Amino acid sequence: MPSLVGSRVERKEDKKFLTGKGRYTADINLVNQTYAFFVRSPHARAKIKNVDTSKASKAPGVVKILTGKDLADDKIGGLIAGWKIVSQDGKDMKVPPHPPLASSTVNYVGDHVAVVIAESLDEAKYAASLVKVDYKILKAVVGTADAMKSEPIHEGIEKNLCFDFGLGDKAKTDEALSKADKVIKIDLNNNRLIPNAMEPRASIGDYNPSSEELTLYTANQNPHLTRLVLSAFCAIQPEHKFRVVAPDVGGGFGSKIYPYAEDAVVAWAAKKIERPVKWVAERSESFLSDCHGRDHVTHAELGVQNDGTITALKVETIANLGGYASLFATVTPTYLYAPLILGLYNIPVAFCNVKAVFTNTAPVDAYRGAGRPEATYMIERLVDKAAREMGIDQAEFRSKNFISKFPHQQCLVHNIDSGDYSAHLKKALEVADYKNFNERKKQSEAKGKLRGIGFSTYIEACGIAPSAVVMSIGAGVGLWESAEVRFNATGNVSVFTGAHSHGQGHATTFAQIVSDKLGVPLENIDLIHGDTDKGPFGMGTYGSRSLAVGGSAIVKACDKIIDKGKKVAAHMLEANPDDVEFKEGEFVVKGSNKKKTIGEIAFACYLPGQYGEIKSPLPEGVEPGLKETAFYDPVNFSFPAGSHICEVEVDQTTGETSIAAYTAVDDFGTVINPMIVEGQVHGGVAQGIGQALYENAFYDKSGQLITGSFMDYAMPKADNFPEIKIDYTCTPATSNPLGSKGCGEAGAIAAPPAVMNAVIDAIGTDISMPATAEKVWEACNKNKKSNAKAA
Amino acid sequence: MKKFNYHSIKDTKEASKLSSANSIFLAGGMTVIPSIKLGLGSYKDVIDIKEIKKLSGIKVSGKIVKIGATTKHAEVASSKDVKKAIPSLAKLAGGIGDPQVRNRGTIGGSIANNDPSADYPAACIALNATINTNNNRKINAENFFRGMFETCLKKGELIESIDFEIPQKSDYQKLKNPASRYAVVGVYVAKHKSGTIVGVTGAKSCVYNEKSLSDKLSKNFSSNSIDSTEISPSEMNSDIHASAEYRANMVKALAIKAVDAC
Repeated sequence: MPSLVGSRVERKEDKKFLTGKGRYTADINLVNQTYAFFVRSPHARAKIKNVDTSKASKAPGVVKILTGKDLADDKIGGLIAGWKIVSQDGKDMKVPPHPPLASSTVNYVGDHVAVVIAESLDEAKYAASLVKVDYKILKAVVGTADAMKSEPIHEGIEKNLCFDFGLGDKAKTDEALSKADKVIKIDLNNNRLIPNAMEPRASIGDYNPSSEELTLYTANQNPHLTRLVLSAFCAIQPEHKFRVVAPDVGGGFGSKIYPYAEDAVVAWAAKKIERPVKWVAERSESFLSDCHGRDHVTHAELGVQNDGTITALKVETIANLGGYASLFATVTPTYLYAPLILGLYNIPVAFCNVKAVFTNTAPVDAYRGAGRPEATYMIERLVDKAAREMGIDQAEFRSKNFISKFPHQQCLVHNIDSGDYSAHLKKALEVADYKNFNERKKQSEAKGKLRGIGFSTYIEACGIAPSAVVMSIGAGVGLWESAEVRFNATGNVSVFTGAHSHGQGHATTFAQIVSDKLGVPLENIDLIHGDTDKGPFGMGTYGSRSLAVGGSAIVKACDKIIDKGKKVAAHMLEANPDDVEFKEGEFVVKGSNKKKTIGEIAFACYLPGQYGEIKSPLPEGVEPGLKETAFYDPVNFSFPAGSHICEVEVDQTTGETSIAAYTAVDDFGTVINPMIVEGQVHGGVAQGIGQALYENAFYDKSGQLITGSFMDYAMPKADNFPEIKIDYTCTPATSNPLGSKGCGEAGAIAAPPAVMNAVIDAIGTDISMPATAEKVWEACNKNKKSNAKAA
Repeated sequence: MKKFNYHSIKDTKEASKLSSANSIFLAGGMTVIPSIKLGLGSYKDVIDIKEIKKLSGIKVSGKIVKIGATTKHAEVASSKDVKKAIPSLAKLAGGIGDPQVRNRGTIGGSIANNDPSADYPAACIALNATINTNNNRKINAENFFRGMFETCLKKGELIESIDFEIPQKSDYQKLKNPASRYAVVGVYVAKHKSGTIVGVTGAKSCVYNEKSLSDKLSKNFSSNSIDSTEISPSEMNSDIHASAEYRANMVKALAIKAVDAC
């Protein structure tokens, strides 16, 4: 049987998705189901003086109306920030309470005030319009940069400051900067994004009063952790009587890693009214209440010697957390950001300060890349500026400073196990035809257009994450992954993973691994995920971890199956277990033609007694059945890296920018299915181009979200993209048995600086994201005017 | 969404009969349906006119391209007759929204709605269009569009067709809103025997004839003739997508592109 790892196997899951047979939470309808509609705050910041539900309660079809007071009376706990960050002064971060239904204050437009449960959605919606909330409107704090100077929005949290985090050696960094031949400075914003997964969030609570079991169906990337939080912190239901099912989920990008207020409320409400409660977000609710991404303001300084050697880096960032601290909100701008500021450069000393602030905007949490895109944007804009100011070629400046020996202990946190950065840069330069760029520039100029080229040589820390490391820096959980490989008696295999697929293609990729490992045909392998009642506890999918960590757990479980199979085969073949080899699905006694297929072994394991002539196949002490569970805790992060090169064309008369060419050469270590990986790169690059040119979540001064629909929030569309040229280099990861590094976030991490550096190269002026037509036009105009003056 | 009575009708007489102060005509539904869904509009009667056969179709005769009110954007975009007579009108239709919108949305609906950023109104102005209604009114485009989402149509009056005058040369240039694909600014330049008209959409609260450009181009149809024209931003729209000053500059920039493309 040929190896499937590395081949472009068509996705097993595509047929159902492409023929409309996916079963998403919104597709699930339960007997006697009710419908929930949330009363949300129309104000960014207000005190709730009173909630009057008397008129709404009498509206037709209303079953129950619940408010923050009911929640408090039932002692339902608040949502949590799952990662404790310690400030530079040694004090713990400050986090406000985050009740699933607000009772005293609301802190962003869309914040949850009450839920109306009715026999139909229309009735719930109508009754919700009758709930009278008496607000005392307060002045909203909106801007990231000004939040610390504004009135505190949460009691006891001075300057709206959650924490003031520092990483690195400040004194040594300052000293190195003072000695540098040149210090390159840059001020950047990292624009706020709205994730916009194709499937809006949805959840259904279903309580069985007979068994006292509660089931929550939810569009979520991480069902076990959701259950843990809702059990342990919200105290809605004990874990052993609580099932969380995340069925088919239509995209997450981080926004569905964590339980939301709506999950807690429908679960609690279903238990309270003993009827199923269903909530499906409208798209406008997604805009308002899905956690947003990014939103940083950063100043950075790079010390450089005259020969182009980087000597030091200092970064100061203000990160906007929004109205509350969401589950991964505190780790995203700290440990997922600060260690990555170094990029893939050999920087001897560095310091990163991050101040995280609360504002009256939607909570900000992990979004595709989570911290790493922000870090990469900063360092790639900065090295670009350095090369430009020093008159050194972009590729050459980067190359000169690349880490070249592995393993490499960086000056901040990470120990990078493997990589070859010159290799992917060299390949990218070839694929992008860098040497003929000036020709293409001339062709653009002949059409009256400007053309620019931009680089992004990036690294990310994925395979999240070694538990011992993350727990030592504040994580509330370990980040291992589980797997169970279960042979059925008839020889087919059920594989359970704690990872969750919501577009990643796990059913195919993981089956390819199992097929190669166990010699079972692909069609006889089924992957099961997303149901806490089925597989072992798992940590879900995010941080490009599923293959590196979850895939490794599957490999480990397969190894245990093979070990047991060898013992059984040896007994059946009357050989010594040490003499049995396993290859391509067969257990063979060395130097003989005696063998058993793995299917025969599985069958035998389930029929361990004597049957007619057949003797028991199991050696003494070996348990019946063929099923193994494994938990894999990685020994290190994995470090995907790559070189992306973007070319843009700018129409000076309107400022419109188009992507003329895009090249991505990535080192993801071992690639299991190149077709699926290409899809991941395409999607990531599309999101990165979206951030650079189009997307921006915009709140006005009063905290109203102006980009609250697709009429104003510019999601990029297919015609905004060129054909993306993709290639790979490979240095296998040493931290996991597959050698895989992860690929899910790379595009979104690499693309924004590649695009922005290209725009800046074209127009010759610094510009902030997103590079909208008007901003680019203004910059071109200013250049024209100043050129005219100079002339 | 509030409940309403849905009527699908076969002729325009029924339309007049059913229409009331609390009714709305439904053609492609690109605006009516979202506004009902969002609770911005609520009606007792929704009168679907798509099945009225005589309202759909394209006919070229002499100097006129006649397009029926319920003709879809995709039909105009792909019509050989339109492409031959007024290629820029086919181009405009092919750039509205996305394929879904183009295969549902209708020319009559777009014109009756008079969204300040819609494309067709600019064509109506520049191509000296006549809007024919079921009241036997023939309304010139310059008189038809009154203000933001406002036309001179009376309650219950239905557009039957639009007559576009075939110009000597014409082009439409549009700066698309990257989110909605509506025109941030759209400029339709049409050179007629009688003179040039520059129809502008997206820039102000209502489509209009940018006379400063029309006059200059009528005298001398070349982009040089308008190169130094200053367009005032004072009445221009200003929003998160584009400032008034930028819009004013784009009116000229797009007019130059359009003239050069003619």
